[in-house]
Amino acid sequence: MPEKKITLSVSVNGVAHTATIEPRMLLSDFLRHELGLTGTHVGCEHGVCGACTVLLDGRSARSCLTLAVQAEGVEIETVEGRGSVDQLGRIQEAFRQHHALQCGFCTPGFIMAITDMLRHHPLESDEQIREALSGNICRCTGYEHIVNAVRELARERGPLT
Amino acid sequence: MRHGIGEAGRSRDDKAFRDISEHSGAHGRTMPESAFPIDGSEMKPAPFEYLAATSAAEAAEALAAANGDGKIIAGGQSLMPMINFRLVKPTILIDINRVAGLDRIEKHGERLRIGATVRHRMTATDALVHRHIPILHDAMSHVAHLTVRNRGTFCGSVCHADPAAEMPMMTLLLDGTIAALSIRGERQIAASEFFVGSLMTSLEPDEFVTWIDIDTLPPETGWGFEEFSRRHGDFALACVATTLRIVDGVACDVRFGMMGVGETPLRLPDIETLVEGQAISETLLQDVSEALKGLLQPNTDIHASADYRRHLAGVLARRALRDAWKRATFRKDGPDA
Repeated sequence: MPEKKITLSVSVNGVAHTATIEPRMLLSDFLRHELGLTGTHVGCEHGVCGACTVLLDGRSARSCLTLAVQAEGVEIETVEGRGSVDQLGRIQEAFRQHHALQCGFCTPGFIMAITDMLRHHPLESDEQIREALSGNICRCTGYEHIVNAVRELARERGPLT
Repeated sequence: MRHGIGEAGRSRDDKAFRDISEHSGAHGRTMPESAFPIDGSEMKPAPFEYLAATSAAEAAEALAAANGDGKIIAGGQSLMPMINFRLVKPTILIDINRVAGLDRIEKHGERLRIGATVRHRMTATDALVHRHIPILHDAMSHVAHLTVRNRGTFCGSVCHADPAAEMPMMTLLLDGTIAALSIRGERQIAASEFFVGSLMTSLEPDEFVTWIDIDTLPPETGWGFEEFSRRHGDFALACVATTLRIVDGVACDVRFGMMGVGETPLRLPDIETLVEGQAISETLLQDVSEALKGLLQPNTDIHASADYRRHLAGVLARRALRDAWKRATFRKDGPDA
């Protein structure tokens, strides 16, 4: 059955895009295959691993559990907006300093989830940091170094106002 | 998220990589309109139509027109995994996120009304919930993870009716009423009539939930919420939620709910009767543990055996009732303390 395609307008990292897509296209696939933004990684594709985390209107979301058509009019932020190889963003720099990544597959999802955390969550204790990070899976680091990076970022940020 | 739903999906990166190689350099081809196009056979979900409804009535009409093959989507945190695995193949997906007025928590008399698009994040931080149903506020800290809480909804979780999820149990514990809308009108369903099996509710195929009402609790109410899961945020192996007040030195208005130990969330009137009119003592808690063993018929699965779950139920029940008693004592002495 051919699906009725839908024309979609979104903003990704401040750049406006318009595309005509099938309703069933996942936001993760849209970002990677339609826009070529392959920084957003797909791991489990059923909302468990967190690798595909992006921000929708400033809040973290699984892009594999969001349809691209649901993002109509939404401000999307992806890891491409958080820095580049030549100019690391602050979170990426903290990851580098603390060895908070090894293979790097999960890293884009962590960077985006941490962006949300730093904007909205108190992160006053290691317990809170670990709870906030618990939706993202990393199979290399054992998390210690990621917690160290977030602890530093949270200290740098100071208490939420 | 539920971990038992299936194996982790294969990444498509190998395919994307092949496409990158094909589209780059050697053949001098220009990039196609789409960066690394994928066709339908590579998409996770089966095809469906999509409607972003702007009113509840429009959603109800579309759902009726789908003849039982339509699905409503709000947060999508339970539905989308099932769609990605093609366990659910709707012909039309009706999105209610843009329906005005469903994203509110309001107090109506002694009840809180939670709209269909209220996210877990909102329930977790809402001042009315914190003030009037502190046990629900507590329960929210066990719900999934930050990113899932940003999207997932209270009502959606109740409709999904996972027997090990917090919101269905809390709706049952707080004598919830579920408002089901269809083109035939609104039907109000008591929580006790709503959960009929694992992932099964008494909603008709053309009905969807627009709001859920739950009891607020008198300020002197004490509560206990004890959940055990393998990892924080995962579904519970067992969980107890209980509330009570102390009048003349004994427990009254006792509510006792459980999840993770049956096909549906549970209210256990036998336990409520056992505790009602009694002061909490070690003997009473021992009696509760013993009674639970006879009342529960949990499953054995990959996560835990039935015996282990029964044991866990007793341990959690004792802790939760002790907490509820302590809090009720404290709040009776000074509810604002």
